[in-house]
Amino acid sequence: MGMFENIIIIVYLALLGYLGFVGYKQTKTSTDYLIAGRDTHPFVMAMSYGATFISTAAIVGFGGVAAWLGNSILWLAGANIFIGIFIAFVFLGNPTRKMGLKLNAHTFPEFLGKRYRSKAIQVCGGLLIILFMPLYASAVLIGGTQFIVAYFHTDYHMALLVFSIIITGYVLAGGLKGVMLTDALQGVIMFVAMALLLVMTFWALGGVESAFSKFDTVWDQTVASLVNSNLKELKPGSADFLMKLSMNWGFQGWNKMPIFLSEGWLFMVTTITMGVGIGVLAQPQLVVRFMTVKSKNEINRAVLIGGIFIFITMGVAYVIGALTNVWYFEFNDGKNALQSAGSIGKIIPHFITASMPKWFSFVFLFALISAAMSTLSSQFHTMGTAFGRDVFEQISTKQHNSMLVTRAGVILMIVISVSLAYIFDDQPAIIARSTAVFFALCASMFLPSYIGALFWKRMSAKGAIASMIVGAIASSFWLLFVHFQEAKALGVCKFVFGTNSLLSGKIIFVDALVIALPLSAIAAIVVSLATKPEDDKHIALCFNE
Amino acid sequence: MGSFDLGVGLAFWLMCASALLCVAYGLIYWNKDKEEKALDTSSWESDEAKINEEL
Repeated sequence: MGMFENIIIIVYLALLGYLGFVGYKQTKTSTDYLIAGRDTHPFVMAMSYGATFISTAAIVGFGGVAAWLGNSILWLAGANIFIGIFIAFVFLGNPTRKMGLKLNAHTFPEFLGKRYRSKAIQVCGGLLIILFMPLYASAVLIGGTQFIVAYFHTDYHMALLVFSIIITGYVLAGGLKGVMLTDALQGVIMFVAMALLLVMTFWALGGVESAFSKFDTVWDQTVASLVNSNLKELKPGSADFLMKLSMNWGFQGWNKMPIFLSEGWLFMVTTITMGVGIGVLAQPQLVVRFMTVKSKNEINRAVLIGGIFIFITMGVAYVIGALTNVWYFEFNDGKNALQSAGSIGKIIPHFITASMPKWFSFVFLFALISAAMSTLSSQFHTMGTAFGRDVFEQISTKQHNSMLVTRAGVILMIVISVSLAYIFDDQPAIIARSTAVFFALCASMFLPSYIGALFWKRMSAKGAIASMIVGAIASSFWLLFVHFQEAKALGVCKFVFGTNSLLSGKIIFVDALVIALPLSAIAAIVVSLATKPEDDKHIALCFNE
Repeated sequence: MGSFDLGVGLAFWLMCASALLCVAYGLIYWNKDKEEKALDTSSWESDEAKINEEL
């Protein structure tokens, strides 16, 4: 490492330390620690939301998927901006903020628990976070640590320990204020790196039109010849195997949609676009951001900032991901991205190293580490609040200091997450699939209850509980026994029934969300209409009447 | 973007349109809301116990 790199690392760590200290100094009450005092600046809120939203996996993982399956993944970028930012902020943001304030809610489970006046809902929401979010956090930890190891050639366990200690420091001290301030800094780094990557890639490929016009040529010369080959004759996991698999699934080129209702179309539309695009609406660590601002104006301003941020970060990751095929074809002996890098997860890092100047590799490394740290800090904080506020304080018969209990929760959940990152270091598939389980469970369990809480006064606690139970059962069943990715990776179906999936055909490519969310919503409506409505006085308080 | 088929082209332009929608919305409603006067949070901490009691 050169002097320049050392200085940048020291400055970065010093800035993180300073922002954590600012958070610490501004944190006086549990409201400060749990929801940043409800007076966060819209820039900080929007950048924090965006940086939490986008982890290393989103840039490297989905960028690699774009290189494999092509630009049809831009539907996800559109969904991320339209649903994840516009719909979330404009339609859900202010009602969440107002109701959260009226109900004195500090966490997402507490918000639902107080809206429905049900401790069971709050504890159940907290337990879901405690049980599944550590797996999600460990996936992000493993990803971030592996980049540090690859760049600095350090020991994995040492890098994991140092990485975790740095994040623990500012989450523990600064609470959500510290988390959001550091998120904003990390979001700026990610934004700058991705904008530079866009410009430099188009520069290398001779401009926008020139770059996009070469997709057909690259596909024809590197993939089309596989049309007559048999998948069983190809080495599993090899570049040709994966490209042939994509052809069998209905993909026809990097600039084309897969065949309508083919396996590839169902995967791209239901799992990638809907599963991730809609699932994000019910992520506890994101919803709580809406309660951190003091008025609707802040949320309106954050729409602008968040929209641009996601457009540049996610949009660039996907567009450049697909374009790596063109770059490798031009500059690496006529090969496509998978043939050059070897696997989906290696494409983006390999492309950065091969195509960009060394200084940019360093900048990009910072962007990836920032993406991991911003997601992790929010996860650690959310898990800590779930443990302290939503579970421990609710089941305990004594009064406790929320800030102290939450800090203890943060430490405990970080220890669990880091331990999982140590244990599952060589089994990333289980972690990645468990993350998908968390996303699916959050959406199917929380989304109908959350939307109903905000917009349907007739929605009752029993309706919300029924919706959560049906959502949990339906999505768990689909993930464990049907969906082609999770059912196979988790192995429960194989263990019980001796087969990877109970169903066969294209249906196994349909995401759990598509099955579980409608069932969960129907349960919410039917049970709410069949049970006694909530007390008028409580509804008036919730809806500010 | 002439090389995109209809489905991918639609995704690309919807992505751009969604980003523009966010920018336009943010600019138009930058300072339109006057509600914060009714939701003054300055006494929020002192009201916390009362709200909890009501619930």
